[in-house]
Amino acid sequence: MDKKLITEDGRRLDGRRFDELRPIKFQIGVLKNADGSAYVEWGRTKILVGVFGPRESHPKHLAMPDRCLIRARYHMAPFSVEERKSPAPSRREIELSKVIREALEPAIFVELFPRTTIDIFAEVLQADGSTRCAAISTAALALADAGIPMRDLVSSVAVAKVDGSLVLDVMDAEDKLGDSDMPLAMMPSKNLVTLIQMDGLLTHEEFVKSVELAKKGCMEVYAKQKEALDSHFRIASKEEV
Amino acid sequence: MFKIPINFGTRQLVVPGFLLAEGKYEAGPNVYNEGDKFYSTVIGLAELRNNVVTVIPLRGCYIPSVGDVVIGKVVDVITTAWMLDIRSPWLGVLFAKEHLSKPLNVMKEDARDYLDIGEMIIAKIISFDRTKNPALTTKEQGLGKIQRGTVIEVDPTRVPRIIGKKGSMISMLKKDSGCQIYVGQNGRIWISGKNREDEALVAGAIKKIEAEAHTTGLTDRIHEYLIKNRM
Repeated sequence: MDKKLITEDGRRLDGRRFDELRPIKFQIGVLKNADGSAYVEWGRTKILVGVFGPRESHPKHLAMPDRCLIRARYHMAPFSVEERKSPAPSRREIELSKVIREALEPAIFVELFPRTTIDIFAEVLQADGSTRCAAISTAALALADAGIPMRDLVSSVAVAKVDGSLVLDVMDAEDKLGDSDMPLAMMPSKNLVTLIQMDGLLTHEEFVKSVELAKKGCMEVYAKQKEALDSHFRIASKEEV
Repeated sequence: MFKIPINFGTRQLVVPGFLLAEGKYEAGPNVYNEGDKFYSTVIGLAELRNNVVTVIPLRGCYIPSVGDVVIGKVVDVITTAWMLDIRSPWLGVLFAKEHLSKPLNVMKEDARDYLDIGEMIIAKIISFDRTKNPALTTKEQGLGKIQRGTVIEVDPTRVPRIIGKKGSMISMLKKDSGCQIYVGQNGRIWISGKNREDEALVAGAIKKIEAEAHTTGLTDRIHEYLIKNRM
């Protein structure tokens, strides 16, 4: 491969250092019809998440007697990538929906709402790498906005290996041309990992380093999430009854 | 006994997973503990009262509780019962025997003759334990089908503010507008006045309370609002 992803002075294509996140801006409560919602601009990645429920399960046979059902839908808008993406759910989107659901599920007190359903819809408006990580982090905020009891927020970030070095918060070019990609999601104040995936190859040593780097990145995302919740609900917190 | 001080100021804004306290405390609503560590489960305002750590939620749906009076909307009619949307995760069930004075004769009459889809009902919750849908009754003074007036919706977490300390806000609203106002615990409010204008005035005032729920001197400002907007 003759394309260079890292410049001589140790910067990445967009000028970031190895351990630097892209600018992240979360917004809460952007959809009126949803019970909870959030929007993120994560570099050039833009995702809108709406949460509904807990509500009656439909179809009814899906309801579970001891806990609530969680459904997640990850979907990329036809205009989210350079070439038109067919709006029908692809193999990849079905996988990501499952992964997002399983990354968020451990944080939610599902046993408090038996026989009900929580629906999470993540719509990718513009994709530039790390969409699953951005979707998970944003969905956690939308769930919190819906007032659904959770053990902790969930923060997520990906680490990649490009040109032999480990870099935090993978963008599209690094994902496509790099050697490996490892998304990680965690409950930051509990230090519990809820999702870890890996594409490509890493040595044992690199893997350990990647996890460390991703955890550090998650803490930074967590700080941004708390900041977003804080500024959205601050007016309300001034005084009560 | 060694106690680690609590980790928050009074009525501090906390997020899910926020470590509230460590030590010999008790977990109140919206708080969970792992051993001696107490965490918040929702976005809300943290409080410590008599050694119990609680969080007052800022967002959330209505969770039924036995004895609550709620305003429900009929969404389904089955042979001898009505299913009511009470804005909770579960639909409320109003059995015919909890609404009618005599048993419903299913051979001769239809449950729809009494209550039909879309109608609003003031009802009381008589049983609920999360394994079964909440059961309702209308067989008490002041309960039953809503025949006139306006029903508006507010966030269920704002209901205590609309009622006010010892009902101060609601009695002021009633006195200033001359309307009958009934606040359901699930955030639906029934307003019945002499005319539509009075009802719209109260609805506007309630929306103002909801938006400014957490500010001081609200009762006085709402009083001024009602006087100013009433010609």
